[in-house]
Amino acid sequence: MPTDKQVPPGSRVAVIGAGVAGIMAASTLKQAGVEVDLYEKEERAGGHLNRWHHLFPGREEASLVREGYLQQLREHSLSLMLSAEVKAIVREPEGPAGGRFRVTTAAGDSRDYGAVLLATGFRLFDAALKEEYGYGIYPRVLTSPELEQRLSPGGAGLDTETGPPKRVAFVHCVGSRDAKVGNRYCSRVCCITGVKQAMAVRERYPGCEVINFYMDLRMFGSGYEELYQEAQEVHGVNFIRGRVSEAAKTLGGAIQVKAEDTLLGRPLKVTVDWLVLLVGMEPSLSAELLASLALESDQAGFVASRDKFLQPGQSSADGVFLAGACGGPASLPESVNQARAAALSVITYLNRKG
Amino acid sequence: MSTKGDKWGFQPEKSNVIVLDRPVAPLYRQLRLKVPSLASCFFCGGCSATCTASEEGMNFRVVHLLLCRGEMEKVGSLIAPCLLCGKCTLVCPRNVDTRSVVFNLKLALHELQ
Amino acid sequence: MNHHTPKISWQNYQKSIADDHFYFVRSCIRQTFFPGSEQTFLRILRQELGKDVFDDPRHTSCTGIAYHSDVVPLQTIMTVVARHFALMTEAGYRNFLVSCVTSFGIYNEILHMWEHHPEILAQTREHLWKATKREFQIPDNLVHTSDAIYKFREEIFERARYTLTHRNGETPLRIAEHVGCHYAKIFPDKGVGGAEFPRVLSGMVEAWGGEVVDYPERRHCCGFGFRHYVIRENRGYSVANTRKKLESLAPYKPDLIVANCPGCTMFMDKWQYTLGEMEGVTFGPDGRGIPVLTYEELAGLVLGYDPWDLGLQMHQVDAEPVLKKMGYRYSPEKKYLSSKGKYMGQPMVPDYCCL
Repeated sequence: MPTDKQVPPGSRVAVIGAGVAGIMAASTLKQAGVEVDLYEKEERAGGHLNRWHHLFPGREEASLVREGYLQQLREHSLSLMLSAEVKAIVREPEGPAGGRFRVTTAAGDSRDYGAVLLATGFRLFDAALKEEYGYGIYPRVLTSPELEQRLSPGGAGLDTETGPPKRVAFVHCVGSRDAKVGNRYCSRVCCITGVKQAMAVRERYPGCEVINFYMDLRMFGSGYEELYQEAQEVHGVNFIRGRVSEAAKTLGGAIQVKAEDTLLGRPLKVTVDWLVLLVGMEPSLSAELLASLALESDQAGFVASRDKFLQPGQSSADGVFLAGACGGPASLPESVNQARAAALSVITYLNRKG
Repeated sequence: MSTKGDKWGFQPEKSNVIVLDRPVAPLYRQLRLKVPSLASCFFCGGCSATCTASEEGMNFRVVHLLLCRGEMEKVGSLIAPCLLCGKCTLVCPRNVDTRSVVFNLKLALHELQ
Repeated sequence: MNHHTPKISWQNYQKSIADDHFYFVRSCIRQTFFPGSEQTFLRILRQELGKDVFDDPRHTSCTGIAYHSDVVPLQTIMTVVARHFALMTEAGYRNFLVSCVTSFGIYNEILHMWEHHPEILAQTREHLWKATKREFQIPDNLVHTSDAIYKFREEIFERARYTLTHRNGETPLRIAEHVGCHYAKIFPDKGVGGAEFPRVLSGMVEAWGGEVVDYPERRHCCGFGFRHYVIRENRGYSVANTRKKLESLAPYKPDLIVANCPGCTMFMDKWQYTLGEMEGVTFGPDGRGIPVLTYEELAGLVLGYDPWDLGLQMHQVDAEPVLKKMGYRYSPEKKYLSSKGKYMGQPMVPDYCCL
C-alpha cells in the first residue's frame, strides 16, 4: 500500500464515469492515497451494469455484483458526484496550484485536477438504424437489454395475448461488423450475451423454441465456449448460421424473419413471437471532449491508447488516462482489470510529476 | 456415335473434390479488379436471404464461393434469374457491391458467349 | 477498402421532387393494361394542379424489359435513354418524369453509371450523335409519376370529392400497398422513404383517409421479374411469387391493393385470375379477387372522376366493389360501353366464379 509520501498532496484526480471501470479505478486510487472525484452523469452509479439481471458466463446475479462495486464506493468514502455530466475538460497552463485540467460540469461547477481518468464507457447501438429489422416500428422487436429487463424480477416477461411465447429468435451482430452503419468492429460481448439470454428464455419458458441467427460465434472468454455447448445440449437452443435480412409483422403481431440457412444454401423464413436484436457497443465520448483534450481515437471512434502494448490505458494526451469500454468493446471483468491498471499508471504519472 | 463408355454401360464418376491447386479463373480475377469490395464478403448469406430470385436458385453467396473455388460451370445459370433489384446490396453488412458483381458477371459471361 | 463509411439512417430518405415543368415519358405496358391511368395523371397535373407537363409522342420504349431479359445490350439501352434525354433537351425541359418503375430504375442506373464512368457517358454521346445527330443534357430532376402524386397529395385532397373510406366518411378502407422493386431498392435515396419502408404510396393512402395494411411480404417482388414472365418456362416462378404476395396480404382482408409499378399492378391483377383457373386458389371475401388499382386511379376516385374514364372496367379483378364500398356515384350500366355507347367486351372471370 503506497503512503502519502509517494503521492504528492494536492494532486487530485478526476474520474469521469461511475460505471464499473470508474468505480474500480477511483477506489484503487483512493486506496493508494490519491484524492479522487468521481463524476457520473446519471442519477446512480453502476453504468450499464444496471441494465442487466444476470451476467455471463457464470450467470451471477447482477444486483449482487453491483452491490459489491457500490460497497467499494462506501468503504473508501469516495467523493461521488451524481447527475454531474462533464461538459468540458480544459488543459490549463501550469500554475502554482499545480492544476492542469479544469473539469466543468453541465451545472457549471469547475474544479482543477492533476490528471483525468476517462471511464465513460459505451453507448448502445441504436437498433432503429437497421431499418430492415423494424425496431421501433414493430412492438415485438426488442433489443437485448430490453429482453433482460423483461426477464428480470418484476419485468413484463414475454407472454403475449395468446399466452407464453412459442418461438423467440435472436439476431447476432446488430450494429456490429456492419459497414452499412459504419461499425466494422466486433462488439465482442453480444455473442455470449445471446447464448446467455437464449438459455434464460428456455428456462423461463420451457415450451418455447429459441433460434440464434449468427454469422460467426465468438466464444473467446473463459467459460464462454462451455456455455455455448450447454445452450445446445441442455437447453436445445437452435443455432442457424445466416444473417437475418429482414423482419416483418404478421397478422397476429408476430414477426416473420428471413435469413439464409447458409450451411444448407437455401433461403429460410420463420415466424417468431419475439425478435431480439443483440445490439453492440458504440463510442460515447462526445466529440467536444475528444477535441478539447486533443485525444486520438481509433478507426471506430473509441479513445486510443498511446501504445496498446507498452502503455495501454494511457491516452495520446499527457495526463489523460482511460479504462473500460471507452477504449473499445470490453467485458465487465476486462473493464475492471483495465481500471486497476490505469489507476496504477495515474499514480506513476503523478509521482513522476511531483 | 458409339463410345467405349456405351460398351460398359457406365463411366467413371466426375470428381466432387474442390481442387484449389488450379489457377484462379481469369474471369474471377477481372471481377475482383472491377469490384474491389468483393474481397470483403464473409459469406453470411444476408444477400440470398433477401433475394427475390433465391427461390429460383440464385444465391450470391454460392456464386461467389464457386468463383473463388474456380468452379465456373453453374455460375451462368445461377445468376440468370437475378433481376438486378439491388436488395442484396442494401443488406450487405460488409458493403460489398453485390449488384455490381452480378451486373459485371452478366456482362462478362455475355461477352464470353 | 473504405473504412470510414458514414452512418446511414434508413428512415431519413428525402427526395427532391420538382414542382413544375415536366418532360413526361410513358410506360409500354400501362398503355395496354391500365389505359386510363396515364391520362388521369395528365388530367390531374394539368387540369387540377395547373402544371406544365409535356407529353412527347416521339419517345419510345426505354427497352428496359428487353434489357433485363438479356435481349438488348447495355450500350443499346444507354443510347435509347440518351435519345430520350435529347428529346427532353430539345423540348426545353430539365425535369424528367417517368411513368414506369422499370424505366425509372433504368434511368437512375444509367445516370449513376455515367456519373461514375465519364468515359461511358462520352461513348454514349458519340453513339447517339452517330445514330441520330442529337445531343443531350442530363436532367436536373428524375421524378417517378408516383413521386409527383405523392408530392401533390395534399393539393389533391383539397379538391377531393371522396375519401378512401366506407360510404365516404365512415371507417377507412384497408389498403395493401406494393412498391415496385426498381423504384427504391437499387437507389434507396431516389425513392420517397427508401427501400424498407417506402412512403410514396402509404403517404397518399393516409392523406386521402385510407388505412395502410402492413403485411409480411410487403417488400417482396410482385412476381413479374422480366425474364420470369417473358420466358414461358419461367412463368411458374412468376406466378408463385405473386401467390406468395397475395397469400401474405389476403388474411388482412384489404379492400384493395395499390401499386406504383406497371408490371406489379398488372401481375397482381391478372395472376389472380390465372391462379383461380390453374389451382382454384382465390382471394378476397367471396373468392372474386382483391382489386388492384394504380395510384392515379386511386387519386382519380378521390377527385370524383368517372370510374370508366379511369379505366377501372379494364381490370381483370372487378374494381366495382371498391366503388360500392366508397358510396361512389357512377353509372354501372355504362361500364363496358365505349365513348360512342357501343359494347366493348369485358375481362374474363374464372370458371369457378359463376355469376
